Amino acid sequence: MLTLSVSLHHYLILAAVLFGIGLFGVLTKRNAVAVLICIELMLNAININLLAFNKYITPNDFIGQIFSIFVITVAAAEVGVGLAIVIAIYRNKLSVNLDEFDWLKW
Amino acid sequence: MVEFAMHNAWLVPLLPALSFLIIIFLTKPWKKLSALVCVAGMVLSCVIATLAAYGVFTNHEFTEKPLVYSVRWFSMAGLNIDVGVQLDPTSAMMMFMVTLVASLIFIYATGYMEGDPGYSVFFSYLSLFGASMLLLVVSSNLLQMFVAWELVGLCSYLLIGFYSHKISAREAAKKAFITCRVADFGLLLGLLSLQIVFGTLNLTELAEKISHFEQYTTMGILTLIALLVFAGPIGKSGQFPLHVWLPDAMEGPTPVSALIHAATMVVAGVYLVGRTLFLFHEVPTAMELVAVTGGFTALFAASIAITQREIKRILAYSTVSQIGYMMLALGLGSLTASMFHLWTHAFFKALMFLCAGSVLHALHHKADVWEMGGLIKKMPITGWTFVVGGLAIAGVPPFAGFWSKDEILLAAFDTGHYVLFGMAALTAFMTAFYMWRLIFLALFGDEKPENHPHESPLNMTLPLIALAVLSAVGGLVGTPWAPFWQEWIFFGHPHHADPNYLIMIGSVVLALAGIYLAYNLYCADKTRAKAHALAERYRFFWTVSYNKYYIDEIYLWFNHTFIDGAARLFYLFDIYVVDGVFVNGIAAITRLSGEGLRVTQTGRLQNYALVFFLGVLAVAVVLAFTDPSTAAGLTGGVK
Repeated sequence: MLTLSVSLHHYLILAAVLFGIGLFGVLTKRNAVAVLICIELMLNAININLLAFNKYITPNDFIGQIFSIFVITVAAAEVGVGLAIVIAIYRNKLSVNLDEFDWLKW
Repeated sequence: MVEFAMHNAWLVPLLPALSFLIIIFLTKPWKKLSALVCVAGMVLSCVIATLAAYGVFTNHEFTEKPLVYSVRWFSMAGLNIDVGVQLDPTSAMMMFMVTLVASLIFIYATGYMEGDPGYSVFFSYLSLFGASMLLLVVSSNLLQMFVAWELVGLCSYLLIGFYSHKISAREAAKKAFITCRVADFGLLLGLLSLQIVFGTLNLTELAEKISHFEQYTTMGILTLIALLVFAGPIGKSGQFPLHVWLPDAMEGPTPVSALIHAATMVVAGVYLVGRTLFLFHEVPTAMELVAVTGGFTALFAASIAITQREIKRILAYSTVSQIGYMMLALGLGSLTASMFHLWTHAFFKALMFLCAGSVLHALHHKADVWEMGGLIKKMPITGWTFVVGGLAIAGVPPFAGFWSKDEILLAAFDTGHYVLFGMAALTAFMTAFYMWRLIFLALFGDEKPENHPHESPLNMTLPLIALAVLSAVGGLVGTPWAPFWQEWIFFGHPHHADPNYLIMIGSVVLALAGIYLAYNLYCADKTRAKAHALAERYRFFWTVSYNKYYIDEIYLWFNHTFIDGAARLFYLFDIYVVDGVFVNGIAAITRLSGEGLRVTQTGRLQNYALVFFLGVLAVAVVLAFTDPSTAAGLTGGVK
């Protein structure tokens, strides 16, 4: 019988895959909202990492949980600001296409 | 009273300083009140100084041990600077003389400056000038003295340039200040060296330590220090070759000239050398240099004064010459003779400058003596007091100058400096001649119809009379038969010279010969044809003397060639190296690198994110594939 035991490696692989998908999305998506979603993916990958490390390395402490709660909080705030900016840009340009936004240029 | 004055001699410089502050901050709008504050401050100072001097001169112990009151000014490790008051016969005499002459000059100035728009300011400067000089006189510490010294320089600058609407006055003020600065640099170096070598600048301690200087330093170093210190007096006392500022200093109002030339400023240098004579005394080379500088300056300036035409310029060169006498006496080691001449000179030179001021006042600032004449009839008080001054400076007994000049001649003769003695005697003859040339040209002879002189008001003539009396009798305190002066003011031990009748008679003959020659050339001969013929015959000497040996021109040429040339070089260096390479070069590098780097700023968010990611990747690769210790080193961690 195939014993199905989940170890740290599985978590890390899952997190790495999620992070990679998120990064790919951030670098390639044209839609600003999609980019924001991808950033969320990356952050969640990190959350998984934190929790996995906590569970397998220091099971008696709550360091990983606490950090991930921090990350979730910050992510919520970041998305709030990010979406507000996106809405503001959209009102000006009627577009959320990142290729059209190069105002930060010299 | 006397006790109080002696223990509170610090009031003497303080009162004029207070007058200065009061005038500047309170009474400036009220002219008469300002003048009153100024005069009152100085007169009160004079009263205290007189009492203190009386106290010192009735108590013989002060010739041995000065009365010093001092407080700590500041201290660091190895550097303790006191500020205080040192009373001994020399400083008491100076205090008395400076306050007395300054009081008279201040009173005179209330009349002379009448109607000047800067009346109050003028009197505030005068107060500060007096205060600075008095601070210098009472100093118990060389650094304190240096501060006062610089203050005196500052005040002279302010006062010489008082008529700041005149370009010549501004130039003269700058010249005085810069010339003195050149000299003060040497003085400062000298004082610093003294502090470094002997660890103190206190006059009494320094005198004690220098008397056995072998423990601290070598003869060579001490000579260097003495020469550096002497640089200051060369500038301030207008000795050759830094005398050039003094004749120009007459651009200031006449009371200022009188103050500078008689009571303050120029005698500061003589006083400083007199104060530090213990230093010079140990260094024969420096003593010789002081004597030769003094003797040469005396003769040199007298030879210039002979041909000058402006009344105050003649007097100015006469001052240079007389200060040379004082330096000569100091160089011969005779503090007595030097201070004695300083004392008598203060009276007759102040008198003559104030007389000159009175004349200029009457003639509306027409200064050429050839255009004057017969003034004594219209201005009897000014005229006759001037004559008294002339007799005093020429050295006719029993007027003041005779006794002090005699003392100097005697010192030169007794110490065996026959060349210097000859120079001094020749100077005495020339002094009598040029001074009486001035007197005969300006006061006697025919009146000029275009001049309408009138006698000056009472507040100007009274100081003249007082100074004339002092010039007449001021020398009687130190005659060879009653040598009070010699018993009080001396260096080392009192020097009792027997009256040398040969020198005495000789100097009288020289003085009378000078006066007679001047009478012959400028008074008896109405057309002055002989004088013109003489000038014509010795055209070369006359031109050289009239142009003051071209010293100013030489300095100017030196300035234009070397200073300006160097300045041009530095200008180019500044433009092309400092500005070009350093300033603009660095700016250009920054700008060009900016130009290059700005294309990397695409403004696209995802480009930035990609670069960021690649950077993280690079770090990760480095961390993964290098061995742990290098990685730790790179990240700054501990092995």
